[in-house]
Amino acid sequence: MPPGKPRRSAGPPGEPRRVAYLYLLPALVVNALFLLFPLGRGAWISLFDWDGLTLGHWAGWDNYRALVADAGLRAAFGHVAVLLVFFSALPIAIGLVLATALHRARVRGMAFFRTALFLPQVVAMVVVGVAWRGIYAPDGALNGALRALGLGSWATSWLGDSDTALVAVGFVGTWVQSGLAVVLFLGGIGRIPRELFEAARLDGAGALREFRSVVVPSLRAEIGVAATLTTIAALRTFDLVYVMTPQGGPGRSTTVPAYEIYHRAFHSGQVGSAAALGVALTALSFLVTMGIGRLAGGERAR
Amino acid sequence: MRISRTERVGTYLVLLVFTASALFPVLSIVATALRPEVVGQGGWRPENLVTAWTVGHFGGYLRNSAIVSAVVVAVSAVLSVLAGYAFGAMRFRGRGVLFSLLLLGMMVPTEALVVPLYFDLRDLGLTDTYLSLVLPQVAQSVAFGAFWMRAFFLSHTRDLVEAARMDGAGHVRTLWSVLLPLARPAVVTLVVLVFLWTWNEFMLALVMVTDEGLRTAPLGLRFFAGRATTSVPVLAAGSMLVALPVVLLYLFLQRHFIRGMLDGAVKG
Repeated sequence: MPPGKPRRSAGPPGEPRRVAYLYLLPALVVNALFLLFPLGRGAWISLFDWDGLTLGHWAGWDNYRALVADAGLRAAFGHVAVLLVFFSALPIAIGLVLATALHRARVRGMAFFRTALFLPQVVAMVVVGVAWRGIYAPDGALNGALRALGLGSWATSWLGDSDTALVAVGFVGTWVQSGLAVVLFLGGIGRIPRELFEAARLDGAGALREFRSVVVPSLRAEIGVAATLTTIAALRTFDLVYVMTPQGGPGRSTTVPAYEIYHRAFHSGQVGSAAALGVALTALSFLVTMGIGRLAGGERAR
Repeated sequence: MRISRTERVGTYLVLLVFTASALFPVLSIVATALRPEVVGQGGWRPENLVTAWTVGHFGGYLRNSAIVSAVVVAVSAVLSVLAGYAFGAMRFRGRGVLFSLLLLGMMVPTEALVVPLYFDLRDLGLTDTYLSLVLPQVAQSVAFGAFWMRAFFLSHTRDLVEAARMDGAGHVRTLWSVLLPLARPAVVTLVVLVFLWTWNEFMLALVMVTDEGLRTAPLGLRFFAGRATTSVPVLAAGSMLVALPVVLLYLFLQRHFIRGMLDGAVKG
């Protein structure tokens, strides 16, 4: 078709056009070469026992069986479950409460607060890790604060102790994700019709009832988005763990799937196993995205 | 909506606590970056930034990050607009399938891609090059960008495309002089987001690059932090340099950052 020629001039914009493929070509080529092809390659590699150098051996499903059987890998997924509380559940709870309170009080200087609360989202995770490593250090701000409060006996090497390292990393996740939840929910609350609040108040609902019966149900979609984003962030955690607790933490107490992928593929010569983990992680992210989307969307469409 | 004085004061207090905790780690980096080597010696030491830049090699790391980010942003913005235009303003066979493929690519997490990518790029002799950082990130950014621009073109263009066509404009003119000027805010958001992701990217750089001369800023910072002898203020100064470009941009264009990160949701 000669470009630029107004054929059948009354045709709708949606008229079939082959030139569309030309516009799509570059995007589809990079997508195929650097996303889809590696995805397939990863799935293929995951069926081998391969050290990345010599010839691999067919392993069938062994690498996938190990996801369940290997205690180290099980632990990594267990740690993600803990991180979910800190990356997802806590920020959503904090976000809901804070956004509701802000909305009720009509706080002045909202723009400033929003900018500040969202800031942790844009700082590179490596920088975040370095900053918090300083705070958690034996002579860092956290122990300093505890000693100042007369709680010096609680002071510890937060990242060096296998009992506290994972929670310490998790709390940084709360720090990063809470601002996202607050800002997301503030937007959602602003869109709730005033009448809903007024009706609740006429019914004599207090702040708590209003929260439960107006705010939370109206924010279903936003809660779904927040849950998806934060859950995926928890599943994929790597930079933070790698920077704050090199080697997977004391007693491997902070190792997570993404760290295992990196370690197995590039340090311990278990490329097949790393690839299988990658496939599992991809599948999990898909499930989370679709599952939460359906929950939040489905409820909304009721 | 009337609320009690106590509640208002309480809200401000809670808000201040959370805002302070959001800012504290960031400000502590700045404060540490400017303090003398030994705590309590007094005075500001802005020269720590110079030390980080030269002795800590952060000048070079930042340059690498700037090169990679600039190329990724420029290339993926162009490809995203082109693909988004096709998806959003044209009809063609296979549109649904092709779009699903793009979405699939968008949702694959980097953590799963690096392993196969590394071994294939190694066999092609492409590891330890800028290309090994640029190409995969272009692909990821375009997957998101096409999705993003498509949404814009779908919601804004029906009548315009029709009108442009009535005036005899071809598809190139329609895109270039009718739609693009309108699409500026969407493109700015896209550019800002891709810049943020590329600048902060860590795992890909960690895997693809072993040559110190090619390290990007976050990677350089990780290795600098890993050294036992590192001076604490200089490390903080390095961190500040790594974070600064994105944070500055955020302060000026925060609406774009926030909108993009909340609406753009599911990038892999």
